[in-house]
Amino acid sequence: MARQHSAARQGENMAGITLFKRTKELETQTDEFCDKVSEGALAFMLGINCYLDGEFALFDERREQVLALESRGDQLRREIQRRLYVETLLPESRGDVLQLLENTDGILNACESAMWQVAIEKPVIATEYVSDCKCLLEAVVKSVDALVTALRAFFNGSQTVSDQLHKVIFYESEADTVSRRLMTAMFASDMELAHKNQLRHFVLHIDRIADTAEDVADHLTIFVLKRAI
Amino acid sequence: MVKFSTAAFICSVFVLLGAVMSGAGASHTLGELGAINALAGSFMAALSAALTVYLMTRAGLPVSTSQAIVGAIVGWNLYSGFPTDTASLIKIVATWIACPLLAGVIGALLYNGATVFVRWARLHIYRLDAYTRLALILAGAFGAYSLGANNIANVMGVFVPTHPFTPFEIGDSFALSGVQQLFLLGAIAIGVGVYTYSKKVMLTVGDGLLPLSPVGAWVVVVAHSTVLFLFASQGLEHLLASAGLPTIPLVPVSSSQAVVGAVIGIGLCKGGRGIRWRVLINIASGWVTTPVIAGLVCFVSLFFLQNVFNQQVYREASYVLSQPVLDRLAADAINVSALTKLKDKRFDTVKGFRNTLHEQLDLTEKAESTILSRARIAPTVIDSDKLWRLEDTSLSEAQVVSLSRLASRTFDHLWILDEALAELSEEWRSRPASKVNKLFNRRLMEQRREVYELFQAK
Repeated sequence: MARQHSAARQGENMAGITLFKRTKELETQTDEFCDKVSEGALAFMLGINCYLDGEFALFDERREQVLALESRGDQLRREIQRRLYVETLLPESRGDVLQLLENTDGILNACESAMWQVAIEKPVIATEYVSDCKCLLEAVVKSVDALVTALRAFFNGSQTVSDQLHKVIFYESEADTVSRRLMTAMFASDMELAHKNQLRHFVLHIDRIADTAEDVADHLTIFVLKRAI
Repeated sequence: MVKFSTAAFICSVFVLLGAVMSGAGASHTLGELGAINALAGSFMAALSAALTVYLMTRAGLPVSTSQAIVGAIVGWNLYSGFPTDTASLIKIVATWIACPLLAGVIGALLYNGATVFVRWARLHIYRLDAYTRLALILAGAFGAYSLGANNIANVMGVFVPTHPFTPFEIGDSFALSGVQQLFLLGAIAIGVGVYTYSKKVMLTVGDGLLPLSPVGAWVVVVAHSTVLFLFASQGLEHLLASAGLPTIPLVPVSSSQAVVGAVIGIGLCKGGRGIRWRVLINIASGWVTTPVIAGLVCFVSLFFLQNVFNQQVYREASYVLSQPVLDRLAADAINVSALTKLKDKRFDTVKGFRNTLHEQLDLTEKAESTILSRARIAPTVIDSDKLWRLEDTSLSEAQVVSLSRLASRTFDHLWILDEALAELSEEWRSRPASKVNKLFNRRLMEQRREVYELFQAK
């Protein structure tokens, strides 16, 4: 009797496994991809903060961390892409999901690129700009964080996607305000034009991360409407 | 969402099952409208319907096979002079209007239900996709079954009175009646059509015509399948009647109109924006234009088939108002005083008999139908040499025994045979006309038809 019961349970498990094993693994990978984006943005903020505080060794460590996260993000995106095609999953919205993941991966790329820029150019940032730079970093990371929460909500079928999407827009706008304020202050100072230009690029590189998050949010808004049954 | 080969396989198998297992109900209603009694006539009615559908589709006009076949049958009735049962016609036309409306209501309910479920279940996008795919396959199978059950009458209904198949059994448990074999043949033809010509249509409907999300597509498939099933299931009809609920007439309805109805139902749930009301007007115009064109095509084609190709497109019926017929009509509460002038006069065409009847008295459609069925001459001889062949029919043992007791007797009218059989066995007696008894009486009619065919005097 017990053996029969166990065999029946095994049969049920087998049916469940064949039907949902593939989707379960993809769910885990997509979730991990979201983790990497979120961690990448946090590591970026910590790294730039270290640079602003003059702790260059710690900055290099964070740069390595962002590089590793970006690499893993690429790996996961390619694996998800391959499986969606090979296992013919989500045939109706595969293109949109892949576009979404690719654009989100752009955030990690932007973080990595900004860190390399800083590591190569080593811009000298006067103390009066440090506070605003940290404000800018905080707004950028919050916009990425809201985006990742929206993405998770979307993938998990939650109805709270739009609650998060408006936060992305808000923080991106906040980042724009701070970056404009910074650049105005920088160009009003008596620094050399080359130095001003270098700092402008530093600010724009950071702000670009929030812009990328906003682009993904726009795409996600349309995708949510398309998926509405 | 689902591969073409998978969709085509599921569709073919379940169309076949639906047609063979549940196809009889809707075709019976077409039979009530007009029983085409010659094979050439059946062929031309089916061909006319097919030609109408083809030509109207080429011309870009909205068209439905169900409506075309009804028009073709009425065209045959007009050509042959047999009366058209107005009550059945009204029932059929009312169902055409009810079909998209009902599909819309079911679509709207399912849409709201699915929305609430998807929100409540909070499934991961990949998991929702897997469930939707499974649900679509199941809904597709149900849809194909309903389509087979409801629409096989369009393809094969007109051949029911004239088909040449005899029942056969394999072992004790598997039996196929002649009509089921006919429907099997039709379903195989549909299956071949699905594999050979449907890919483009499937892709057009799936991608181009209705840009729906997978869950939306599922709602449409289930709503349309449910409507087709409701208009085809004899079991459900009996169940509703047994529970004292109003029944749904078993009529072939247009599956494409059911789909449009379901989509509009969903559209209304979304606030009614983006609905193309012109499509609705097109559907309504199709209710009139399709049967009229099919009827005209059938009428003209029958004329050519009969006069150019010398084919018998209908079998003439002979009528006589003999004393037993007049007595029976009097018992049927028909005023026979005006008919006594015609006593024992033989009429060899249905048109001639009907014209004479109308000259003699003012007849209601029901009274005319009663007189036609009572007066029709259909010599039947219960030949004892043929009695062994009753084993191959669906008759019960008691029914066969009572038939053998009538061996060697001859009957001029079928109703006299019916009454003689009813006297001998309870199982040959019609039950009072009620919705609950409808299924029993319909089966009895089919059994009687088997007896008529077997013992018909040459």
